[in-house]
Amino acid sequence: MNEQILITDKNESRKRRLRYTAVFVLLAAAFLFIVVLNINTGNVKISVPDIVRIIFTGEGEQTQVNIIMKIRLPRILMSAVLGGALSLAGFLLQTFFENPIAGPFVLGISSGAKMTVAVTMILFINKIGMISSYILIFAAFIGAFLSLGFVLLFSRRIRNMATLLVAGIMLGYICTAITDFLITFAEDSDIANLHNWSNGSFSGMTWSNFYVALLVVGVSFVICFMMAKPLGAYQLGEAYAQSMGVDIKKFRVLLIVMSSLLAAVVTAFAGPISFVGIAVPFLIKRILNTSKPIVVIPAVFLGGSVFCMISDLIARTAFSPLELNISTVTSLFGAPVVIYMMLRRKRG
Amino acid sequence: MDYLKLEHLSVGYNNQSVVDDINIDIKKGEIVALIGPNGAGKSTILKSIARELDIISGKIILDGRDIHKYSFKELSSKMAVILTERIKVELMTCRDIVATGRYPYTGRLGFLTEKDEEKINEALETVQAFDIAYKDFNRISDGQRQRILLARALCQEPEIILLDEPTSFLDVKHKLELLTILTNLARKKKITVLTSLHEIDLAEKVADRIVTVKGKELFGFGKPEEIFEESNIRELYDIKKGFFDPLLGNIELSKPEGRKPKVFVIAGGGTGIPVFRKLQKENIPFAAGILYTNDIDYRLARLLAAEVITEQPFEEISDETFERAVACMNSCEKIINTAPKIGKMNKKLEELINIAEKRQEEQNG
Repeated sequence: MNEQILITDKNESRKRRLRYTAVFVLLAAAFLFIVVLNINTGNVKISVPDIVRIIFTGEGEQTQVNIIMKIRLPRILMSAVLGGALSLAGFLLQTFFENPIAGPFVLGISSGAKMTVAVTMILFINKIGMISSYILIFAAFIGAFLSLGFVLLFSRRIRNMATLLVAGIMLGYICTAITDFLITFAEDSDIANLHNWSNGSFSGMTWSNFYVALLVVGVSFVICFMMAKPLGAYQLGEAYAQSMGVDIKKFRVLLIVMSSLLAAVVTAFAGPISFVGIAVPFLIKRILNTSKPIVVIPAVFLGGSVFCMISDLIARTAFSPLELNISTVTSLFGAPVVIYMMLRRKRG
Repeated sequence: MDYLKLEHLSVGYNNQSVVDDINIDIKKGEIVALIGPNGAGKSTILKSIARELDIISGKIILDGRDIHKYSFKELSSKMAVILTERIKVELMTCRDIVATGRYPYTGRLGFLTEKDEEKINEALETVQAFDIAYKDFNRISDGQRQRILLARALCQEPEIILLDEPTSFLDVKHKLELLTILTNLARKKKITVLTSLHEIDLAEKVADRIVTVKGKELFGFGKPEEIFEESNIRELYDIKKGFFDPLLGNIELSKPEGRKPKVFVIAGGGTGIPVFRKLQKENIPFAAGILYTNDIDYRLARLLAAEVITEQPFEEISDETFERAVACMNSCEKIINTAPKIGKMNKKLEELINIAEKRQEEQNG
C-alpha cells in the first residue's frame, strides 16, 4: 500500500514536470519563431540569414539595418515585454478578485490609465514640449491605481462577478469618454499622435522606450515571481491565506500595486489593449493543467508575449499599408475565449 | 495548563459587539464545541480567535502569549483553520490543496522538500484520502472535501484546529467519520479542537466541554452534563415546540395536541418507543404505563405522552399505581399492548393486560 502510494506520487510528479517542460519549450520556440517571422515580414521582406547577420553584427544593407534596428526590432521586443506584462497583470487581478474574467481592460484599469496619460501628455506637450517615459508610466500608474480602487469599492460590497464586471466596464466607458473629450479639444499637432495611441498600438516604439519598459516590467516580474508562494495561498481565499501566515493587509496592497503598475506600463506606451489579460492566463492554465503561480507566472508572461507579437504582426500586415489597432486583433482572438469561458461556467 | 484562554473577550463586527464577556479556558488536547442558534455569534468567536476579525475588548491567550503578539507566520504553525466558505480554486488536485498546508515550513518560493511530501502523505493517511489524492478538488463530494481540508490543516502541524460548522452538508456517515478523526487527533496527538457544531446531539457526544452562545443573552461554558440541562437547551435554542433529551441526545418533536389521552399504551423495556413515535406522527394524544422511571420507554413517554403511569425502579408495582393505571386505561378509547417482558417485579402488568384483553373482547363481542 505504502509503496504503491510513493510510486503514484513519483509518477504524477514526473508527468507534471514533463508537461511543464514541454509547455515552456513550446512557448520559447514559438517566441523565437515569431520574432524572426515578425522581423522578416512587412513591406520590405528581409531574409532570415540577413536578419541574423544584422542583429548580431550590425552589418548589412543600410536600409535593411535601419528597418530592423530602428523600427521592427524595438517594436517586436516592446510588444513582447508589454504583452507579458499585460497577461501577468490579468493573472494577478484574477487571483485578487477570485474571478477568471477579471483583467486590466474589462475592469476599466487600462482606460483609467489612458485618461491620466492623456491629461499628462496634453498638459506637458503644451508647456514643455516633451515628456519622459517615466512620467508617463507614473501618470498611468496613478490612473490605474485610482480606477482599481474605485472598482474595489464596488466589489468589496457586492461579491458578485457580474456586478464587478459591469462596474469595471462602466468605469472604462467614463474614462474613455473623458479621454476622447480631451483629445478633441487638444492642440491639433498632438492629435495625430494621441489618437493613434489612445486606440492601442505598438507602432513608433523607440529603443529608449523599450529600455524603460524592460526595466520596469523586469523588476515587476521578479517581484511577482517572488510573490508566487503567498499568491498560491491567496488562491484559497484571504482567510485561509492569513491562517497560513500571509500578512493579508500588506499582501493585498502589494498585489494592487503590482497589477496597477504592470497595466500602467502597457498603457503608457501602447495604450489600452483588450482581452489579452483574460484570454492568455485562461489558456495557459489549461495547457499547464495547473493554477500554481510558480509555474503559471513565467508561462503566462511568455504566453502573453507570444500572443501580442502574433497580434501585432497581424495588425501590421493584414491590410498593409493600413495598420489595425492592436485591440482590434486581440479582441478578435481574445473575446471568443472569454465567451467560451462564460459558457463553460454556466454548464458548471 | 490552559492552552487557549479567552478573558473578558468581546467580539463583533465594526466595533459592534455580538458576544460580550467571554471567559473560556481550554486545555491541550481537549475538544470544545460551540453550540447555539444560527447567527448567535459562534463564527464570530472563531473568526476572532483566528484573527480574521479584530476583537473589541478582552484578551485571547494562546499557549501563554497574547495571540495578537504572534506574527501571522508564528501563528500559522500553531493554529490551523477549516472554514465554512467554499474554496474557489481551479485545476488543483486534492493533494495540491493538502500541500498548501505546508506553507509555514517551505522556503521563499514554496518548493516542497521530501519531508514535506512525507507530511502530506501522513496527513492524507490520517484522513484516509489516498484514493482521491489526484482527483480534481472541485470534483469531489462534500464529505471528501472536508477530509481534504482537514488533511490540509494537519499539514500545518498545528497544536490547535479551529473548525466552523465542519459537519454541515455532510451525511450521517461522513459526519461520524469526521468526528471520529477529530477525536483521535485530540486523544492521540493532543491537538486541541475548537469547533462550532449545529448538531447538539453530536456536540454532547464528542466534546469534552461545551460553549453555549446566544448573542449577549446567554453564554455558558462547562462539561456536557452541566450544559445539557433540558431547560438550558430549550432556552438556548428558544425551543417552544419539541424537546431535546440531554441524557440520550435525542431530538423529539412536540407532543400530540390535546390533554386527554385517547390511547393507552402498555409498554416497557423499549417496546413502546415505535408506538409512541407513530402516535406522535398521527397526532393522537396517548397515555403510557406502567413504566419504571429508569425504563428507556419512560425517557420518551415523558416527552410525548399526555400522561405516564410510573413506578419507582426495581420495586414491585404498588396497588395504588395499578389502580391509577386501570383508571387511566378505562378512560381511553383504545388500548395498545406492545407486549413488554414481564418478570417478578412487574407481575401486576400481566393483570393489567388481562383487563385490557377482556375489554377488547367485550367490545368485539
